[in-house]
Amino acid sequence: MSQDDHREGIGGMINPRRYGIERVAYLLMRLSGLGLLAYFIGHIYETSNILRGQVGWDDFMDLISGTEGHIIMSIVIAMCVFHTVNGVRVMLGHGGMGVGKPARPDYPYDPASQNYKHKIGIYSAIVLAAVAMMYGLAVMFGE
Amino acid sequence: MRESTVMKIHYGTALAAVALVAVHILMRLTMGYAESLEYENVLANYKFVPYAIMLEIILVLLAVHGFNGLRVILLELKQGRLYEKSVSYGCLIGMIGLIAYGSRTIIMTNMGIV
Amino acid sequence: MAQVSSISNEQSQTAKSVTLKISRYNPEHDESSGFMEFNVQYEKWTTVLEAILDVKKHFDHSVAVRYSCRQATCGSCGMIINGKPRLACFTKISELDSNVVTVEPMNNFPVIRDLAVKFEKLFDTHQKIKPYLIRDDTELVSDEKEFLQTPEEVEQYIQFANCIKCGLCNSACPTMATDSSFVGPQALAQAYRYVADSRDKGKDSRLKIIDDSHGIWRCHFAGSCSQVCPKGVDPAMGIQLLRGYMLGFKS
Repeated sequence: MSQDDHREGIGGMINPRRYGIERVAYLLMRLSGLGLLAYFIGHIYETSNILRGQVGWDDFMDLISGTEGHIIMSIVIAMCVFHTVNGVRVMLGHGGMGVGKPARPDYPYDPASQNYKHKIGIYSAIVLAAVAMMYGLAVMFGE
Repeated sequence: MRESTVMKIHYGTALAAVALVAVHILMRLTMGYAESLEYENVLANYKFVPYAIMLEIILVLLAVHGFNGLRVILLELKQGRLYEKSVSYGCLIGMIGLIAYGSRTIIMTNMGIV
Repeated sequence: MAQVSSISNEQSQTAKSVTLKISRYNPEHDESSGFMEFNVQYEKWTTVLEAILDVKKHFDHSVAVRYSCRQATCGSCGMIINGKPRLACFTKISELDSNVVTVEPMNNFPVIRDLAVKFEKLFDTHQKIKPYLIRDDTELVSDEKEFLQTPEEVEQYIQFANCIKCGLCNSACPTMATDSSFVGPQALAQAYRYVADSRDKGKDSRLKIIDDSHGIWRCHFAGSCSQVCPKGVDPAMGIQLLRGYMLGFKS
């Protein structure tokens, strides 16, 4: 980024510390999106092993059913749940739902769009992602 | 295509994918996670035509949603006519390539060419 | 570039002191920016702008800062104060709760010098969304009344008419941090202000302008713009309501 522009750049875009939980959600949404796309591409590749017959499939299953495979899978579950729940929240917001109604602003000008409904949505997404991750780990390591 | 049309597709594919991926995951849990991934069971899934169709739809939905999401992130990172065209066409090619590769697995397995 | 100075002074007994770190940068001959430190006295009511003007008066008159009204009306003195975009005239040092106050030019705007930034791009994008009422019948014929509105119709947009074009929202926006072509929250909120005005008939042309690959869809509802707005405009709300028109939830 050029000094002329004085743009914050990627560091400023991903910095989650300044503007509350909404910027944390913004960052997690991007990271989980990229992570899920990477997983999806890998998943399409890995399932193509079925075309190699039983031996090929079993070899591949041995590869992914270890501890590392389960941990990666649990992270994918967490990303998937967060991206879904937060995605629904953002989509509702984009449709103008839950962002408040226009009104004459009064000091100290608390923005109506940054309301508790959306904060609850973000925290719910994080908690549900954690719970799903735990459940996934229990299912995968329980067997 | 207008950006609003692209983004409506983005939202639509997301909502449809949530429902279908939920079914896909539930199928793993109905008979136990490890058991559901055994060769015979996976093969049976692919050979069951409605399930194979569902997998194909999920493949298209997630490829469209995922690569458009990637396009959005890349367009915001850097600007310029050539870069933006490369990103848009690159993502389109990636999307088509992934759908083609995944469809090959689904169709060949469903038809028993394994 | 660091320099510590303080006023040997005749201050009141309630005055406290704070270190004011001012970013110094002249694009004409500096490679990069640096900070100069000054020790300034402040009262409970002293604003950051007053402290900067104190520095200009007593230590270094070359510090470049833009200001005018000193009452959060002109939108001239936006800057990054302790890491967040704020109006210097609207920010009291006592409210910052810190012994060090760091002031820098706003992010995502080209720097003219020190704390003053260029607003050309902001004004250009503002102008791009046609910030005026569009009607076929702009001229009243002799026996017609002016365009009347109910209080409810006024409520729909009056909040967004409070925008003073200070640029704080554009400085806080995560998309603006990397996307130089993005229209920005200021212009998008103003697009909503006119689209929601019952007297306006230019909705379609405005929606067309912002339906671009660097238009309204590059807003991801992070809401930082609304958190820093000093006038309660809440650009994030305006943008989401505007998007409601584009998604067909509003007509």
